Amino acid sequence: MTRGERLATWILVGGPIAVFSAWALFDNPRLYLVTLLNSLTLASLYFIVASGFTLVFGLMRNVNLAHGSLYLLGGYVGYVVARETGWWIIALAAGFLAAAIAGLLIQVLILRRMQGQDLRQTMVTIGLSIVIADILLWIFTGQVYQMEAPEWLQGPIRGIPVIKAYSAYRLSLLGFGLAIGLFLWWLLNRTKVGTMIRAGVDDRAMLAAAGVNVNLVFAITFMLGAGLAGFGGVIGAVELSMVPGEDTRLLLASLIVVIVGGMGSVVGAAIGAAILGLAETYGLAYAPTYSVVFTFVILIVVLAFRPRGIMGRPA
Amino acid sequence: MSAAKWRRAMNTGLAGALPPRQPSAGGQAIAMALPPTLDPYPDSDAPRWLKFLWRTLSPRHVFTLAFVLLLPFVVSPFVIYQVASQALIFGLIALSLTFLAGYGGMVSLAQMTVAGMAGYAVAVLGASGTATSLGWPWGVVVPVALVVAVLCSTLIGWLSVRTDGIYTIMITLAIGVAFYYLVLQNYTVFNGFQGFQKVYPPKVWGINWRDPLPFYFLCLFWSLAGYFFIQWLVRTPFGIVLQGTRDNARRMNSLGYNVTAHRVAAYAVSGLLAGVGGVLLVWYNGLISPGSVGTGWLINVLVIAVLGGMKHPIGAFLGAIVFILLQTFAIDLIDRERFNLVIGGVFLAIVLFSPDGLLGLWAKLRMRFGPSQVLTSTPRRPP
Repeated sequence: MTRGERLATWILVGGPIAVFSAWALFDNPRLYLVTLLNSLTLASLYFIVASGFTLVFGLMRNVNLAHGSLYLLGGYVGYVVARETGWWIIALAAGFLAAAIAGLLIQVLILRRMQGQDLRQTMVTIGLSIVIADILLWIFTGQVYQMEAPEWLQGPIRGIPVIKAYSAYRLSLLGFGLAIGLFLWWLLNRTKVGTMIRAGVDDRAMLAAAGVNVNLVFAITFMLGAGLAGFGGVIGAVELSMVPGEDTRLLLASLIVVIVGGMGSVVGAAIGAAILGLAETYGLAYAPTYSVVFTFVILIVVLAFRPRGIMGRPA
Repeated sequence: MSAAKWRRAMNTGLAGALPPRQPSAGGQAIAMALPPTLDPYPDSDAPRWLKFLWRTLSPRHVFTLAFVLLLPFVVSPFVIYQVASQALIFGLIALSLTFLAGYGGMVSLAQMTVAGMAGYAVAVLGASGTATSLGWPWGVVVPVALVVAVLCSTLIGWLSVRTDGIYTIMITLAIGVAFYYLVLQNYTVFNGFQGFQKVYPPKVWGINWRDPLPFYFLCLFWSLAGYFFIQWLVRTPFGIVLQGTRDNARRMNSLGYNVTAHRVAAYAVSGLLAGVGGVLLVWYNGLISPGSVGTGWLINVLVIAVLGGMKHPIGAFLGAIVFILLQTFAIDLIDRERFNLVIGGVFLAIVLFSPDGLLGLWAKLRMRFGPSQVLTSTPRRPP
């Protein structure tokens, strides 16, 4: 991309957004800022769930369509644990562990048997998502579950300049997103496992030839990816509530985040999550009927000009 | 230099370079490259199409045809309508996926979305129980619905063939779910959650096409038409090139074929099939709502196609029959609520143990007990 083209892209994309922001800030600054916070906190949740998806995809070329079901599984397990123990932190750990173990079982028992057959693996995960969703429906029925936020995060924070008050829990989502992002950055860039995962993303065969136990790396990555979905499930259970159908919603969000951001790139997942969060929330606030259309238009535009996503590289 | 010119130059250059003392080898090579259209019965006076029919028809074709023609006269109207017609409709929609996936190598999860678009077009433009329907005559509505389906499918194809392989499944799923949320949230055009009720087939030639028997034959006609259309299409140069792009897109590209154009065209064809299926489906149900294009049904179409097997067009109909039978009669065996568990388990078992579906199982059985035969969509010449 030449400098002129880049400039044109910035003007074409940024211009309307800047004009809209100026108008909205002038018109109703509180609505604009609250929507901004809402969209960024939603983006954090999307990022947590989608980063697991993109990690698994980047390393194994495996589209895990059971990711949404793992999210729901983590949420339900977290709910049960929180109800029994009363500790939200333990629920968070339990949701992570439950999804991670489920992911490990899927990887070791099923997906390992069909290494390299991308399409078949994807179909297996579709079948698994049907089965898991139905078992969860069986156990927990179609009832809506809402988890309580921990006490120290309940209630609003008051005294913020323009927007006056904002939910403490929602704000903490931003912190969770940043923490997960930093953790993933540290894991991928500063540890031995991370080096192996990055090497595997670039060239699996070469990594195996270098004497690394690729199966172990695969299992760890799948566990981590699934665990992140479960972790997101517990966080989302407080904010969004749990009901059959949420799995599809989060799966769709992960898909769009990863398609827009670029598959296999954690930075791309962050960018994609931010874009999706902004588009969805601003769409809902300013043009309620067409919020889905905005998302869809973004998807089309990105695919038309960058078929592999914003941060994507050729496989 | 264009690809065609290049090929011609290569051919003439090759012919010129061939040593004259090996005419047999050269002739053989050309004969292999361009098999002459053989007439197996040259001395008979019958027209070509009859000979073709005689050559390709086998007892099982006649048996199947007799079965589907006589079936409605021996079973109850419930079975004709709820089981047979529904299976044919879903078979037709799954056939569009089988064509795309089995012959084009592109697994699209948006086939039900395309069918749903045609269905919504029929409901929005034609007559229904909702006031927002425009009430145009069916002779206009149905062609428009099919055009809508083909255009949307082409657009979906254009979007998804830009990336390849495993990405297709993600992008088409995202498009499908996005369409579901669009029709769910939009009330001005799509009437939101309720959708459209009382969308019935028209009365033409004094026949009420909603009655089980006429409707069955309507579905049967279009299913057979779709089946034979695909059977014919995959043997045309277009179909052969499409299968080439499935097996090795890079090689087809360097041979001078426009891979993207062929793939998008395949999407257009599949859109037509899914569109016909969608029109029949909305008439069958008498209604269309966001639930008809939800994730469940997007995936069910894939389940049907995989269940039957994607190596041959008949697999789609086989899968549909099994799926509909399970759906209709599983209540007697298990709780109705657990149908998804059964179908998910069956799907999982098929993908795990017989990737080619029921057709693959059949082929395995024949390999074991019968004369050996290989089941592929393109019969390969033995090396």
